[in-house]
Amino acid sequence: MTVAADASREAEIWRLLAEVHDPELPVVSVVDLGIIRHVRWPGPGGPSIGITPTYCGCPATEAIRAAVQSKLAAAGIRDARIETVLSPPWSSAWLTPAAHRALKAHGIAPPQPGAAVRCPRCDSDATELVSEFGATPCQAHYRCTACLEPFDRFKCT
Amino acid sequence: MSTPTLAAARTACVLRLADTNLVLAQRLGEWIGHAPALEEDLGLANLALDHLGQARLFYGYAAELEGGNRSEDDFAFLRDESAFVNLALAEQPNTDFAFAIVRQLLIDAYQLELYAALERSSDERLAQIAAKALPEVRYHLRYSSGWAVRLGDGTPESQRRMQVALEALWRFTPELFACDAIEQVLAAQSIAPDPAALESRWSASIDPILARATLQRPADASYPWYGKCGVHTEHLGPLLAQMQHLHRAHPGARW
Repeated sequence: MTVAADASREAEIWRLLAEVHDPELPVVSVVDLGIIRHVRWPGPGGPSIGITPTYCGCPATEAIRAAVQSKLAAAGIRDARIETVLSPPWSSAWLTPAAHRALKAHGIAPPQPGAAVRCPRCDSDATELVSEFGATPCQAHYRCTACLEPFDRFKCT
Repeated sequence: MSTPTLAAARTACVLRLADTNLVLAQRLGEWIGHAPALEEDLGLANLALDHLGQARLFYGYAAELEGGNRSEDDFAFLRDESAFVNLALAEQPNTDFAFAIVRQLLIDAYQLELYAALERSSDERLAQIAAKALPEVRYHLRYSSGWAVRLGDGTPESQRRMQVALEALWRFTPELFACDAIEQVLAAQSIAPDPAALESRWSASIDPILARATLQRPADASYPWYGKCGVHTEHLGPLLAQMQHLHRAHPGARW
């Protein structure tokens, strides 16, 4: 097995993973969410894929592992090993620009540490926190005082 | 107690961390459908999920350390009350929302110091789990301290209830900082901190919150319970009965 061949097999897996979506946030792929930590396929046997949880108790974690397994199996890769990677801990800073765009288009304010929380619908900064916790462990609930719409915001960690 | 071996102490410590998180998660989960507002229903459920997730990481590590056949589910569902080694504070009931907030505040401020110390543990796995859990705990403390101030510095009734909860739960806090033989062994190896060393930082974090909440810090009392040694208040048994019932009635059942 040559190095080039390894790289192309791994690239193929990255391409497949880009089509696996977070079940709670179907607009964002697991790659854009920043939770795929590594893809290694150095030799015979199946590839190893490192996944990190966003939050310790995120209930989507099991579903994401299953979705990754089934995506790879559908592409004929049946012996993938999924490893849980805890360190370094996931951070919302790992969301890709594509994830930011997709979240905003979906009505969820992307995480912007230090910046004002901007309404994803009308782009007003006149917003207020309703609850520290929103629809998923990674979101908090806000309200826009300009357009009066409620929205979720991806928490900054 | 005779001095435990390093391996026994390490496993015991990991189980204490797991049990405290699991029991607290179960207590928080009892609010689902009963919280004073939908937002708090979601908030308390999210706290419960974080604690459950942390418990699972610790149970998984405990299972590896034991090296036997016990799984995280065996630890959670097939041990009796006296085998649980959670802090007694975590098992105290949801008397009202003030009790839930005070219990959370006292534990959040404690876990913040505990995990910050464990993040520097010589045990790599403990350090990784603590680093993972730390941002969650910081967020929990924002939630619990926000409610503590809002209710304490609120109406006469909310202030009264918060003070009642604080008086009732304060007597369980000495256990957080009491050091036993297990913790001595681990502190000597820089695996876990000496709990006594966390107390001043915990106080420095709690006292300003109590002041802003216009609550009086209760006097320290002698401490008769040692949840982390398996000696529990009468509240843990019913909690476990409810939590374990399904698994014990239908062993090995799967969704």
